[in-house]
Amino acid sequence: MRRLLAKRTPAGPLDYIHQGWMKLTLGLSFVFLYSPLLILVIFSFNDSRRNIVWRGFTTKYYEKAWNNDGLIDAFANSLTIAFFCTIISTILGAMVALLLWRFRFPLKGAYEGAMTLPIVIPEICMGVAMMAFFSRVGWPSGLVWPFNLSAITIAHISFCFPFVAVIVRARLANFNLELEEAAKDLGASEWQFFRDIMIPFMKPGLIAGALLAFTLSLDDFVITFFTSGPDTITLPVKIYSMVRFSVTPEINAASTVLIAITLVLTTIALWLQSRAGQKLGH
Amino acid sequence: MPPGIWLTVFFIIPLSLIWLFSFGDKRGLVDIDLTWTMANYARAMDPLYLQIFLKSFWFAGITTLVCLLVAFPIAIAITFAPPRIRPVLLLLVILPFWTNLLIRTYALIAVLRTKGYVNFGLEYLWDGLNAVMLFFGMDPSGLIGERFTPAPILYNNFAVVFGLVYVHLPFMVLPLYASLDRMDRSYLEASLDLGATQFRTFLSIIVPLAMPGIISGVIITFIPALGSFLTPDLLGGTDSQMIANVIERQFKSANDWPFGSALSFILMYITFFVLAARALFSRRGSAMEAG
Repeated sequence: MRRLLAKRTPAGPLDYIHQGWMKLTLGLSFVFLYSPLLILVIFSFNDSRRNIVWRGFTTKYYEKAWNNDGLIDAFANSLTIAFFCTIISTILGAMVALLLWRFRFPLKGAYEGAMTLPIVIPEICMGVAMMAFFSRVGWPSGLVWPFNLSAITIAHISFCFPFVAVIVRARLANFNLELEEAAKDLGASEWQFFRDIMIPFMKPGLIAGALLAFTLSLDDFVITFFTSGPDTITLPVKIYSMVRFSVTPEINAASTVLIAITLVLTTIALWLQSRAGQKLGH
Repeated sequence: MPPGIWLTVFFIIPLSLIWLFSFGDKRGLVDIDLTWTMANYARAMDPLYLQIFLKSFWFAGITTLVCLLVAFPIAIAITFAPPRIRPVLLLLVILPFWTNLLIRTYALIAVLRTKGYVNFGLEYLWDGLNAVMLFFGMDPSGLIGERFTPAPILYNNFAVVFGLVYVHLPFMVLPLYASLDRMDRSYLEASLDLGATQFRTFLSIIVPLAMPGIISGVIITFIPALGSFLTPDLLGGTDSQMIANVIERQFKSANDWPFGSALSFILMYITFFVLAARALFSRRGSAMEAG
């Protein structure tokens, strides 16, 4: 980084980044943003339970986390919820995006506004609303797996699919309408056009949207906190209860795993989006 | 239109339900009578709760201000960075934002707690200072105390604001960067050519041109900060409760759903009010630009 920042030419008046105080601010900001997370990851490998001093490398807290049944169950629940949430959110989100992109209909503005509501309202309000709703309609609990997770999954879908819709719609905005004319001229039916032209075109947006839904669902704490029961605990809710109890390296290990999953998925999503953008540019 | 049905059943109806609850009367443990009473809203105006609202505004306001002051140099640095490293810097800002909120908050506990890294660093400095003072034959106990006392930086208001800034900083950097990136740089060159100092140029050229980004950033930082639950819950002390914590308590331990619902709706009305004010502002702004 330093090598990249140091240029040989003298700094012009607009080369703010070459000024010392600017580099310092940027450097300090990244230290501020990253050091807590780095410390968390590093100390998940520290061979000491309480001390904050480094005592040697170990993976025993990962083993411990792996053998913690409650933690593994919570993780399995999280993955199951995220899986179903991703599938349904992607389908619903794509439908919203297509609808808003393609058709004009009465109250379109209201429909569009309603679809952004789950994104803008405070999470806590959505959480308590879901909690009240599921308890009032007498949503069955204690069902067989995976239906015992249905309440959480439904709540997650409700806040995930509007995000998918936003992403897919951004992709659709770049659609070349001449493609449709060409396909129709060549005798494609509405369905053939949709299957052979629209779906392939939407694909990067769909994948990016799906990955976003997956990470949003996997990461959500507040809304899950209000919809989970004693038998339906997700990884963030489990980590929360462990944090409230005490701060142990085991939590660091579980957190590191969650960070790693999110990072990998996000990187894939960003890479797909930038690749799609490049294709469009050429 | 399955998405419309989904949104209605699993979003609009739950919200409407707590909207109705907010006008209800609590009868017994779970029964709520819909009496269209305003008592729950009146109770929210009680000095006790009004104070929590004010405190939430205060926390969110300070957070927004600190984020703005910290994010502005970051956004300027990224905007004027060589094009090759600009995406890298942007990614570095966004990446923590993708990490779980709970984990980021937990990471801060380890940094801030009494036996955490900040106090560890302070103790190190204290030891050093102590040694230096002894070396010069001074008595350090009068100046810096007999022994090192850890700074109480966790479980208080400071920790909450620190945590909120930590969590919301990327929200501020991105819109600022977006508006600075669109800026026509010839204005800056003209200003500097005409003899304005860098500071003057910043105040009279950069800030006005970045105003749409500043407003967006302030709003998308302020709104989630105002409704924060996790940060005050994990980092705060007994007197750092924010609205969301009170709402949570009404729905979980205090079991007073009507009052919790009323508080939720007040929080939502505030959110909508801020968003509406912003929409109005941006419409006026674009009308002025067109005119």
